[in-house]
Amino acid sequence: MSLAIATDGTTPRQNWLERLGAGHIILAVVLVLYPLVASDFFLTQIGGYSLIFGMMGLSLMLLAGYGGMVSLAQITVAGISAYAIAILGNNNSNILGFGWPWWLAVPFAVLAAALASALIGWISVRTEGIYTIMITLAIATATYYFAQQNYAIFNGHSGYAGIRAPAFWGIGWRDPKPFYYLCLGLAVLSYAAVLYGSRSTFGMTLQAIRDNPRRMRALGYHVTAHKVFAWLLAGVIAGLAGVLLVWFNGRVSPGTIGVDAAIDVLIIAVIGGLRHPIGPFLGAVVVILMQTFAIDIVGAERFNTLIGLVFLVIVFVSPDGILGLWGRIKPHLAQESLRPGS
Amino acid sequence: MSLLDQPSSPSLSGGGMTRRQAWGLVGLLAAAVIAWLVFAVWPDWLNAILISKKAFVSAILNGITLAGLYFLVASGFTLIFGLMRNVNLAHGSLYLLGAYIGYEVTSRTGYWLLGVAAGFAVLAIVGVVMQVFVFRRLEGDDLRQTLVSIGISIVAADLMLAVWAGGTYQIATPEWLDGALTLPVITAVRSNGASVFLTYPLYRVVVLAAAIVIGVGLWLMLHRTRVGMMIRAGVDDRAMLQASGVNVHAVFAIVFAVGAGLAGFAGVVGGSALSVAPGEDVRYLLASLVVVIVGGMGSITGAAIGALLIGLAEQIGLVYFPTYGIVLTFVIMVVTLAVRPQGIMGKAR
Repeated sequence: MSLAIATDGTTPRQNWLERLGAGHIILAVVLVLYPLVASDFFLTQIGGYSLIFGMMGLSLMLLAGYGGMVSLAQITVAGISAYAIAILGNNNSNILGFGWPWWLAVPFAVLAAALASALIGWISVRTEGIYTIMITLAIATATYYFAQQNYAIFNGHSGYAGIRAPAFWGIGWRDPKPFYYLCLGLAVLSYAAVLYGSRSTFGMTLQAIRDNPRRMRALGYHVTAHKVFAWLLAGVIAGLAGVLLVWFNGRVSPGTIGVDAAIDVLIIAVIGGLRHPIGPFLGAVVVILMQTFAIDIVGAERFNTLIGLVFLVIVFVSPDGILGLWGRIKPHLAQESLRPGS
Repeated sequence: MSLLDQPSSPSLSGGGMTRRQAWGLVGLLAAAVIAWLVFAVWPDWLNAILISKKAFVSAILNGITLAGLYFLVASGFTLIFGLMRNVNLAHGSLYLLGAYIGYEVTSRTGYWLLGVAAGFAVLAIVGVVMQVFVFRRLEGDDLRQTLVSIGISIVAADLMLAVWAGGTYQIATPEWLDGALTLPVITAVRSNGASVFLTYPLYRVVVLAAAIVIGVGLWLMLHRTRVGMMIRAGVDDRAMLQASGVNVHAVFAIVFAVGAGLAGFAGVVGGSALSVAPGEDVRYLLASLVVVIVGGMGSITGAAIGALLIGLAEQIGLVYFPTYGIVLTFVIMVVTLAVRPQGIMGKAR
C-alpha cells in the first residue's frame, strides 16, 4: 500500500493518454472499428459472445488472480442474474414473469447475482486453498440439479424462453451492432474497473491476503471480509455477463448453467491467463473461435476432446496461459506467476 | 489416556453426566425412535404426515443403499485427496468408465462377477497410469493437478460418448441376485388381521452388504497393516513420511490404484442397480465432493458418515419434497462448513 502511494508521488504526472498505454489505445480502436469490417455473424456470435464469456472469465480472474480463489461457480452466478431477468421481466413460458421494465429488472438481477456470489464466497472461504474449487463445483452442480428439478422457480428442464433485450432511445439492443457495442461497453467498463481496483487499497490488500493470509490477519486486516467483498465484486461482473447472455440467447435453461458451462468458463480463463484482466478475453476469443471452426477440423461431436486436449497442453506447458507464453517471449513483461510460491 | 482422563472428567461435570455420556444418551434415544419408526405399526396420524410407512421405510432403505454406493466412490476420492492433496475431478469419469467396462464384459461373457472384477482391475490400472504419468509430474502443485484432472474428465466424457453414444445401458445381474427379500418390517395390517411385510430387492441389500464389507476392509487395511499406517502417516504429514525413508510414490500408486479401482467397482455395481448413461459421472462426482466436504478429507469413517447423510437426504428429499430435494444436500454441506469447516471427521490444521 505504502509502496503504491510512494510511486504515485515520485513519478512525473503523465497525461491520461500516456497512462492508458499504447496497447490499450490500439486495442480500443480495433474493437470500436471492428463492426465496420465484420459480418453480423462475426459481430454477435464471435464478438459479442466472446465479450460475454470474457466478462465471466474476468470475474473468475479477479478471484483467482488477485484473491487466489479458483471458483467454478461463476456461470452459476451469471445464471442467477439470467434467471432473475427472465422471472422479473417478461418471458413467454407462462410462468412468473412480473413484467418489470429493464431499468428496474437489470439492477435487481445484478444485485441478486452479487449477493449470491457473496454467499458462495462466504461459504467457501470457511476453508482454504484447493477446497474452494471443490465447494464451488459442488455448489454449481447442486444449483444445476436444483434448476432442473424445480418447476416453481426455475421452470424445470425447459427453463424460460422468449426473453427480449430492451429497445430504448430508438435502438433495438438485440440488433447486431448495438448489441456488440453494448457488450463492448460493459466489458470495457468491467475491465477498467478490475484494472483500477487491482491498484486500489482494496486490491493491494486482497493480493497481500492471497500471498500471506496469516500475516495480514496478524496485521489486523479482516481477511474473510476482504475475500467476501472480492466475491461480491466478481458477482457484479458475472451478473452483468448473465444479463447480456440471457438477452443474447433469448432463453435460459439448466443447460446454460450446467457443469460443462462452469468448466468452460474456467477453461477460458486458464487458456487466456489468470494474471492479467486481459487474459480471460483473449481466452474467450480463442475458445469461441475454436468452438466455431473446430467443426471443420474434428467435427461438431468431438469438439470437447479437442478443447480438453488444448486445455491439458496449456496447463502442462504454460500454467499462465497464452499470456504466460507471451510473457516468456517478452521476459521483461513477465510478472510474478499466479501460483503462490509453494 | 483413560488414566489421565478419569480423575479430571467426573470433577468437571460435578456428579452429573459427562459430555460423552450425554451424547450417548441422545444417540440411544434417536436409535430407539428410529427402531420404533421402522418396526412398529404406525398410527394413522403418522401415516398422514409421512405419506405411508412403506414410502418412509423404502426411502430410508434406498437412502442407505445409495449411501453404500456413494461410499464406495467417495472413499477412494477422499483417500487420494487426503494423501496427495489431489482433487481428482476425473473421479466421476472413473466411475462411469468402470460401469461401461462392466457392461461390455458382462454382456460378452455372461458372467456378472467377471464384469465386476474387470471394472475394478481395469480402473485400478488406469488409476496407476494417471498417477505415474500425469499427476506425479505436477507434484506439489495442487491447483495444476486439479486443472489437469478437469481436462482429463472433459476428454474422457467426450471419448466415452463417442464409443458408447448417449444411450442408457443396464448391466444384467445374475439370477441368484434377482428377486426380492421379505423384511421383518410390517408396513400395514390388512382388515383381516394379516400383516403386510415390506419386500425389498435382494440386489440392493447385497450392494449395501458389499459396501459395508469393503468399508470395514478399508478400515482394517488403514489401521492394521503397514501400508495403511504409511497412508495415515502420509495424510497427516507427507514430508515427514518421505523423510523417514518410505517410498511415497509407491504408496501414492497403491492408493490411486485402490481409489480408482473402487470407483470402477462401484460403477459396475451401481450400473447394475441403476443405469449407465452419460451424466452419471457428474452425479457421482458431486456426491464424492459433498461426502468429502461433509465427512472430512482422508477419513474413511468420515466418508461413511458423509455418504450416509447425503444418501438419506437425497432419497428422503425425493419422496417428500421432490422439487426441492437437492436443497437438503446443500443445507447439509453449508451447515457442516459453517460449524466445522474441516468436515465431521476431519482434523483441524
